[in-house]
Amino acid sequence: MQLETLVRELKLKVSCAEGSIKRDVKGGYVGDLLSDVMANSKEGDIWITRQVHQNIVAVASLKDLAGIVLIQGSEPAHDTAAKADAEGIPILVTDLPAFEIVGQIYKLIKP
Amino acid sequence: MRESPKFEKSFDVEGGSFQNAGNVSGQIKNILKDLGVSTDIVRRVAIICYESEINIVSYAKKGTITLAVTDNAVKIETKDEGPGIPDIDLAMKEGYSTATAAVREMGFGAGMGLANMKKYSDHLIITSEVGVGTCVKMMVMNFPKLLHPDLPVVTL
Amino acid sequence: MTLKEVQDILEAEVLVGRDQLQKPVRTAFAADLMSDVLAFAKPDSLLLTGLTNPQVVRTADILDITAIILVRGKKPSEETVKLAEELKIPILSTRYILFETSGRLHAKGITGCIEKVGGEM
Repeated sequence: MQLETLVRELKLKVSCAEGSIKRDVKGGYVGDLLSDVMANSKEGDIWITRQVHQNIVAVASLKDLAGIVLIQGSEPAHDTAAKADAEGIPILVTDLPAFEIVGQIYKLIKP
Repeated sequence: MRESPKFEKSFDVEGGSFQNAGNVSGQIKNILKDLGVSTDIVRRVAIICYESEINIVSYAKKGTITLAVTDNAVKIETKDEGPGIPDIDLAMKEGYSTATAAVREMGFGAGMGLANMKKYSDHLIITSEVGVGTCVKMMVMNFPKLLHPDLPVVTL
Repeated sequence: MTLKEVQDILEAEVLVGRDQLQKPVRTAFAADLMSDVLAFAKPDSLLLTGLTNPQVVRTADILDITAIILVRGKKPSEETVKLAEELKIPILSTRYILFETSGRLHAKGITGCIEKVGGEM
């Protein structure tokens, strides 16, 4: 499923790299510890997290993740947003907590 | 108006003792329950105590947490012998953190602690001296927040 | 749903609290940041996390969390188990990742313990 479809279906706000949302989402990963996400996420995962500092962009880029969803209305920090735009890593924002948005994403990508 | 507390107790917190972090907050939670304080207030005080305790353990050599309960409010005062906070406004900003890797591995140190303390208290005052330590006074009013805006404010 | 049903859905191992599997569960909160849990989680919810240190149990106790679900097959340290037994907080361990754990429980009717942020106090 395309990231664009998730954005539309779940009314996610596209905060960064809007030009890159036509990517394929193959799975999902939830985590706030960057070392865990580095170790265990897979290429094409959509990553759901509460972290907003710029290292999230580096992790998403290194692991070829499909995009990042920030939860509970968290906005990316200023340098995070700049880096995400520069590297073409989509950052999406939802007001929902992780459990709820993951439940909805799961239903769409693993029906 | 300064009321005399109907319950008051101080607890020592040892810096760097990650294994015991939360012990004092657990005790305070049980004391408040025993005193018959309402569940919502107990919960809010427990949260601000716990974040305070994590801060002392994470940054200071040692510190104390003092609980005082009056008819109108629950007060928490923390004092530590730590590095002090050079810029309190910056430290209050959510996401700002000087935490070590050890603190982050515990699931803290994401720059949310002071924000949580502010969120769950009705009053919060921080005084700090670099190289000496930090004092935080917090108060949770013993009635539902915002329901009684006209009631007198009790001094910290 | 009961904690026992949660155990079955997640094919989880019960590490602490075998005597509490009849407890009811309706909501959950998923996070690795304990300050995030403290900011938003509600009493009587499940806490889903990848962290295994004693602070997870402390956080659960402070918030009156029903049970802790450790994901990715994580096993808690001895201190964590001891504290959980002392504070009577069940710990279950599932091999599913946090995404899968959340997705499976949500599909079976567990909901997020807050709908969205703002005014949740």
